[in-house]
Amino acid sequence: MKPLRYLAAWLAASLLALAPAAQADQMLLIRSGQDFEGAMLTLQNAITAQGYTLARVQRVDIGLEGRGYKTDKYRVVFYGKAAEMAALADKHPQLMPFLPLNIAIFAEGDQTLLSTNRPSVLGEFFPNSELKPVFERWEKDLLEILEKVRQAQ
Amino acid sequence: MKLLASLLFLFGLLTPTQALTADGAKLYAQNCAACHGEHGSGGIGVPLALPAFHALSSEDYLRKTIRHGRPGRVMPAFVALSNADVDAIVAHIGSWNPGPFASYPTTRIDGNADNGSKLFQKHCASCHGANGEGGKGTGVTLSRPREQAIVAPALHNAGFLASASDHRIKAILMKGVAGTPMQSFLKKGLEEKDIDDLVAFVRGFEKSPLAGNGAGQPAADPVIVVESPYDFKTTIDNLKRAAETNNFVFIREQALDEGIVKPGQENPRQHIVYVCNFGLLAQALNTDPRVGLFLPCRFTIIEQGGKVKMMASNPKRLSQIFNNSELDEMCDKLTKMYQTIMDDATL
Repeated sequence: MKPLRYLAAWLAASLLALAPAAQADQMLLIRSGQDFEGAMLTLQNAITAQGYTLARVQRVDIGLEGRGYKTDKYRVVFYGKAAEMAALADKHPQLMPFLPLNIAIFAEGDQTLLSTNRPSVLGEFFPNSELKPVFERWEKDLLEILEKVRQAQ
Repeated sequence: MKLLASLLFLFGLLTPTQALTADGAKLYAQNCAACHGEHGSGGIGVPLALPAFHALSSEDYLRKTIRHGRPGRVMPAFVALSNADVDAIVAHIGSWNPGPFASYPTTRIDGNADNGSKLFQKHCASCHGANGEGGKGTGVTLSRPREQAIVAPALHNAGFLASASDHRIKAILMKGVAGTPMQSFLKKGLEEKDIDDLVAFVRGFEKSPLAGNGAGQPAADPVIVVESPYDFKTTIDNLKRAAETNNFVFIREQALDEGIVKPGQENPRQHIVYVCNFGLLAQALNTDPRVGLFLPCRFTIIEQGGKVKMMASNPKRLSQIFNNSELDEMCDKLTKMYQTIMDDATL
């Protein structure tokens, strides 16, 4: 290879290194083999089994269809722990827009997809040593909840 | 499963490849199936089980794709997986079709990029975009017709360019990808030299990376906070009015901890107000069905230490974790709308 081609290859490699990189997997997206109703029930049971309280289910699809938009079944499930939420809201009010925690659940044919962010992302948003173990625990719990839904038949 | 596979392998009941695919099946289900389908039939992601995809992809291409992802095109970079995990996933994908994956030389292909540019605009831009940015739409889930097997991949994409060798790009141009709209350009009348020119042009995208996905910009604050000069109740009333003035519909107001604490024990100084611009919501869901994370729109109003504050998670910041450049512009717009609504509420 001639020196000029080395230079061109080096320049190309350098530019590629400067190019935007794909985010690491900060979003969680899992597929359940259950239909929407089955996956929703499994999710709610998994949330409560993990020690959380189900706060409410937002029926996004109902609102959209009511205004003439076509959509698959789409809901958002909110959950949390009372004492933990009260303590966090009091000490770290900046976290409140992210509480209660939520998981979006939507149909894809006869299967169901569930999506949410990794709680560890909140650690990037709010770098605080006191909050770090909280986010780690949420992530561990969330992964267990999602795994139960993914494995349910 | 991993232990069982290891034991079977030790006792000679599984070949090394079978042991690898046994792990790969589990890893694939955990990391890939949501987008690419349980058996690789595609969805939000490309149909990996397509025989033509198998025949045209090398193991190296798949490994690098898993590692680099596709910046701004949803596919994340799976940096936490070990090399063994990545190998196992690749082996599992390979098990869906007979025969080995393709193998390509790593050498570059010489060609006339200027001629390639003209050919690209004539033959490729209508699907892959004028700048090679890829087709619109995230995947079959909500965002495009389900009968459409694939969205034209982004070629002007650092992840693609780092993963696809010149010879793989050439092979796809020469043969097409059966089962997708990608046709053989030899059959469409181009000569091999023209195809080399196209490859040289596509490789040239490396010299001018597309911006996007917030690259090079400082990360926005995760929360928008505006202090209100009014009392708690007046602030909430003002916020609802400001949202409606800005084309949002009021959905509901609730205590932050409603449903989590016993009825009557909710904190009366921490409320959430949900509002929605349904046109914008439908557009966002069509762009990326994962946006339920922060839509419909919500504002949190708190009174603490004698001060009333309105807060909202910042869509501009959140859009960065979605790795979907189509969402970025929409989220920027939404952030400005939030700011306007909160500013109006304090007038």
